[in-house]
Amino acid sequence: MFESLQEKLGRAFRILSGKGRITEKNIEEAVRMVKLSLLEADVNYKVVKEFINRVLEKAVGEEVLRSFSPDQQFIKIVRDELISVLGEKISRLELQSNPSKVVLVGLQGTGKTTSCAKLAYRLKSQGKKPLLVAADVYRPAAIDQLEQLGKQIGIPVCSGDRKNPLGIIRQGIEDATRNVNDVIVFDTAGRLHVDEDMMSEVREIVKIVKPDEVLMVVDSMMGQDAVTSANKFNDALELSGFIVTKLDGDARGGVILSIRHVTGKPVKFVGISEKVDGLEVFHPDRVAGRILGMGDVLGLVNKIQERVDADKAKELEEKFMKNKFDLEDFLAQLQEIKKMGSIADLLEMVPGVPKDVDVGGGEKNIAKTEAIINSMTKVERRNPRVIDYSRKQRIAKGSGTTVVEVNRVLKSFDQMKVMFKKMGKKGKLLKELKGMPF
Amino acid sequence: MSLFSQIKDGLRKSRESVFKRIRDALSGGDLSAAIEEVEELLILSDMGMETVESVVDTLRSRTKRSDNAVQVLKEILVEHLKEVETSETIFSELPHVISVVGVNGTGKTTTIGKLSKMYSSLGKSVVVASGDTFRAAAVEQLKHWCEQTGAEFISQGHGADAASVAFDAVNHALSKKKDLVIIDTAGRLHTRHNLMEELKKIHRVVARLIEDAPHEVLLVIDANTGQNGLMQARKFLDAVRVTGIILTKLDGTAKGGIVFAISRELGIPVKYIGIGEKLEDLRPFDPEMFVEALLSTD
Repeated sequence: MFESLQEKLGRAFRILSGKGRITEKNIEEAVRMVKLSLLEADVNYKVVKEFINRVLEKAVGEEVLRSFSPDQQFIKIVRDELISVLGEKISRLELQSNPSKVVLVGLQGTGKTTSCAKLAYRLKSQGKKPLLVAADVYRPAAIDQLEQLGKQIGIPVCSGDRKNPLGIIRQGIEDATRNVNDVIVFDTAGRLHVDEDMMSEVREIVKIVKPDEVLMVVDSMMGQDAVTSANKFNDALELSGFIVTKLDGDARGGVILSIRHVTGKPVKFVGISEKVDGLEVFHPDRVAGRILGMGDVLGLVNKIQERVDADKAKELEEKFMKNKFDLEDFLAQLQEIKKMGSIADLLEMVPGVPKDVDVGGGEKNIAKTEAIINSMTKVERRNPRVIDYSRKQRIAKGSGTTVVEVNRVLKSFDQMKVMFKKMGKKGKLLKELKGMPF
Repeated sequence: MSLFSQIKDGLRKSRESVFKRIRDALSGGDLSAAIEEVEELLILSDMGMETVESVVDTLRSRTKRSDNAVQVLKEILVEHLKEVETSETIFSELPHVISVVGVNGTGKTTTIGKLSKMYSSLGKSVVVASGDTFRAAAVEQLKHWCEQTGAEFISQGHGADAASVAFDAVNHALSKKKDLVIIDTAGRLHTRHNLMEELKKIHRVVARLIEDAPHEVLLVIDANTGQNGLMQARKFLDAVRVTGIILTKLDGTAKGGIVFAISRELGIPVKYIGIGEKLEDLRPFDPEMFVEALLSTD
């Protein structure tokens, strides 16, 4: 829907100069484009103004690099400036004391309770022994919610008398000492920054807990007013950082830039799915492109590198080359793809892909294909040619599908073999993804 | 204290700083400086650049130096909102079915508590369908509200099929001759195709019992929402027949300007606003009051 900033800038420079150079004359139009793009991304207006001034300074002083096209060069200046505001490095949790304590705060509905569970789950998988403390006594069933999540991820939840937040907090600290938990994650009620009583309550909580980290949870879909609440929370509590949630939607997330800029505090994690493992360390460089509406190619590459087992990939490649690729490999391949996360998430990182491509059906197909292959015998998987009609009937029954669907899998397996043969040594896997059976 | 809570408490104060700057600029003959102030004010309300530009263009064409630009601006904004009229809820057939939808964390469940309170106090018999079967403890949260408002609570527990819960509730209301069914739905990001399909299914199933149901589909939008609100509304409108917006969390400092863009581009009117956490804190949308609050600054 949005024309990418890249396209806009490209046009601005071509129209205005026709020469492909950054001049003071054409820079004005380019700056306007960047300004609009940042406002479309919900970066706060005042932050945009300051940001633009800095970009302007840099761009005008910049030597013209002839190897770049001017729009590329300009984007690079903007991007670099964005990254420098966002923070160059990853900010990790700093958990010094034992037990260490993390308090999550924020407005209503930003995802605090879910983030608490995700964070505790993350710490647990890093070998910690976390305790969750449910101190939101105001929203009906908020304590139940954390308890249910805790049960789901196998982490104990302290809810004290379920009535008095300060009492629950103290109980949590006692419990953690008794049960030798080495980290406590405290959930607090959502509150408005203008609600004096609630703000003094959370100040009191922080005073009692003496936390290692106070993280404010911020919704990525937030608009201009995000800086107001972030500032107020930071003034009241001295935040140590932010968690930005719901980035699996299509919000451009300009709020990330705004809150970082006005508070100087880093974003530490981002929420990227509704699942318990959907909390990721925040990479400043990867979000810059998203704010500019330019996709996140780096993030995509990293994601693939992170999740795909390099040895397995190599093994597969050799099999392709020798044409020994069988249905077992096919299955392994599908599982690798699934590990990368939802296809929708992946596609979102590719610049230029419309956000509303229907991939839900594709994911269902992967599950079906898996079931079908799982219903085959080893002999059948290694040599699909032996699969006759009666075997197909058995496979269909076993996988809860139909013979037609079994045929479809076999056919797409054949097509894949042909495709890989064609691809030869330096195949462009991504480009060929379209031809795959999902 | 936010302006909405001040209006609520009858403590209306005038906030004139920006308006004064606008007037000063105008009296000095500097229209462009005044326009710039207006632009900033509107952008900060999350109205979105396109809407801001259209408002500013109109303002420019209507304002003369001697005019009260602030008054003209108010008129323009109110006109914008009145272009899409909010219709009164008519209980044309019983039960009247309302489905409440939206992304995660906008305040759907709380809003349903408030809706059921409002209609209960109007003497309507209310059935609430616990259709958020996904989020942990959403069922318990809604149950709590129903106990407070006396609405009848229909649930199949966590993890149940939401469409089946909705069907049950409407069926129950039909056989017991209830006035109103309010369906809670799970928060879903509008980008999740299969969740949007699930929402369609809920509505399809309900329409099997009553052809025109759900009679109203209310999209809940958080006043804090930025430009993504427009995409949310567009996607929900693509999937289901959204008939109105409920703008929540106006008791903070966020202005909810995105509803201008939504009504302008998609023609969806704002029906209610949420101005607090209590069950009574739901109000019919009033364009004049809303514009007044939007133009206030702290």
